[in-house]
Amino acid sequence: MTNSSGEPGAQVRRPIVDRPRRRGDRVFRRVALISAAVVLLLLAIMIVSTTIASLPVWRSQGFIGFLLGMRWVPNKGIFGAFPFIYGTVVTALIGVLVGVPISVLIALYISEVATPKVAGPVSYLIDLLAAIPSVVYALWGIFVFVPYVVKPVSDALARYLGWTGIFEGPVFGLSYLSTGLVLSIMIVPIVSAICREVFATVPAGEKEAALALGATRWEMIRLAVLPRSRAGIVGAVMLGLGRALGETIAAALLIGSQVGIHLSVVQPGYTMAAVIANQFQEADAAQISALLGIGVVLFFITIVVNVLARIVVARTGGTLVSADL
Amino acid sequence: MTTEPTSLGRPLSARRRLTDRLALTAMYAAVGVSLIPLALIAYFLIVRGLGAMSWDFLTSSQPFSYVQRGGGALNALVGTSYMVGLASVLAVPLGIAAAIYLNEYGSGRFAAVVRFFADVMTGVPSVFVGLFIYTLLIVPTPLGFSAIAGGLALALIMLPIIIRSTEEILRLVPPSLRDASAALGATRAHTTMKVVLPAARRGITTGVMLAVARAAGETAPLIMTALGSVQLAFGWTIPISALPLFIYDGARNPFAAGQERAFAAAAELVAIVLVFTVAARWIASRHDRELGR
Repeated sequence: MTNSSGEPGAQVRRPIVDRPRRRGDRVFRRVALISAAVVLLLLAIMIVSTTIASLPVWRSQGFIGFLLGMRWVPNKGIFGAFPFIYGTVVTALIGVLVGVPISVLIALYISEVATPKVAGPVSYLIDLLAAIPSVVYALWGIFVFVPYVVKPVSDALARYLGWTGIFEGPVFGLSYLSTGLVLSIMIVPIVSAICREVFATVPAGEKEAALALGATRWEMIRLAVLPRSRAGIVGAVMLGLGRALGETIAAALLIGSQVGIHLSVVQPGYTMAAVIANQFQEADAAQISALLGIGVVLFFITIVVNVLARIVVARTGGTLVSADL
Repeated sequence: MTTEPTSLGRPLSARRRLTDRLALTAMYAAVGVSLIPLALIAYFLIVRGLGAMSWDFLTSSQPFSYVQRGGGALNALVGTSYMVGLASVLAVPLGIAAAIYLNEYGSGRFAAVVRFFADVMTGVPSVFVGLFIYTLLIVPTPLGFSAIAGGLALALIMLPIIIRSTEEILRLVPPSLRDASAALGATRAHTTMKVVLPAARRGITTGVMLAVARAAGETAPLIMTALGSVQLAFGWTIPISALPLFIYDGARNPFAAGQERAFAAAAELVAIVLVFTVAARWIASRHDRELGR
């Protein structure tokens, strides 16, 4: 889908005169209005109903006790969410740190370097990565990516960089790193698609001017393309981050499901979305309210990230929507 | 594109040429690095997925034990059809109507707020949508884990996608069409239904199909709504399986037979999703040509 809102403010349209006295017209308008209002209503009910359902855990553990608690012992009624929050942040950061530079470079290649003949197929293939359901990434991750790629890499990291603490063994295969790397693959199509749209809004004249002054292609990108696109890239990164924070199934299968905090990224941990998916079906009422509490925290974190992303981008007059589909 | 850019005829300094080369190499490497997973996944799905696929797999349901070999994912395919079908029936008209409001009527603050929150809704983690339907329907009503609950969760995932993609498409419909219709005396409702929507037909279809593809692949919200079932079930108020749930179960359990079925189901699911995705793009490209772009 092409992005039509290149020039902000160009959308001054006053199409047809309404005839409010015609009944059909009035009904039609009302139906459309209600449908639009339903979106706001749904979002509001979502927040209220899940928050209310999670109240028991906030009461029993206390606000701070739940958020910063380190222990998660359901049969004793102890629910501390911190290990999950930590794991979610660490895996999402790995996903973004690995995925974003790759995405930006891909977008630069497609929009500034490749000939149209190559750019089309390449962007089509990258987009295909977004079409693959996350459960398929998870299945592939468990049986192919982790044993044959992540495990050997983690072993080598533990052997040579283990002394730093960040890559300290023992290596099991399932880890923060396994999850983070699969997340990075999953965010590449979204982030690179948004960056591509952002780069497309840089005026051709500025690029041509840079080239005319003798800039190399890289210097043209550095001087004309990147400064113009900074806000858009930040927005893309944050949308990618939001996606990575909320990803459930890949994390549920690849994180290792260990309640605890490891500085080392090659060791197993847990994420918020993963613990919800893994423990929901075996949980009793108290534990379900604790899982709902984690869900509410996750919701607010992702909402904040998403809203910030859109504000950053909206300020530049851009839109994230078409690339996000 | 192969000539070296130079500054006023002077040869490019070695350092600048090197930086340029390095940047280009990094771009090629990035494309390569991200196409490797795609190739690996395609290989995995073809070798292990199609390897485990058979006529029996397509036409029969899961055996009652994960250890037992044979059987298939028909129960999951039926469940996916039920829930994606219900989700489409709910989300498509609602989403299109909301988009009509945003583009044909809304110009004020309210429309901007709805648009913003529809965007925000696309970023809500799908597992949270599942939790929401659980607290709204499964706890307080006698409905329980069911195809209806799963379908509602999927509808909530499809809704914002349909709203925003439809609105983008409606925006592309030339205002002159609306003006022409109005000049002939048509009301706004008539204009929208008979002129604007038909003109945007292909684009809207594309958005709907992408939303369907997304919903068909969702796992997390179904865990706490549809629950899953190993039986071939036809019904709206009973727990029901879905292809993603089927794959998730197979991947989670340590039994080879269940894992094999998960590989085959993954191939089946990706095939379904790709049919929708590729068809959506094909329709979109024809739409672009129709509008002369």
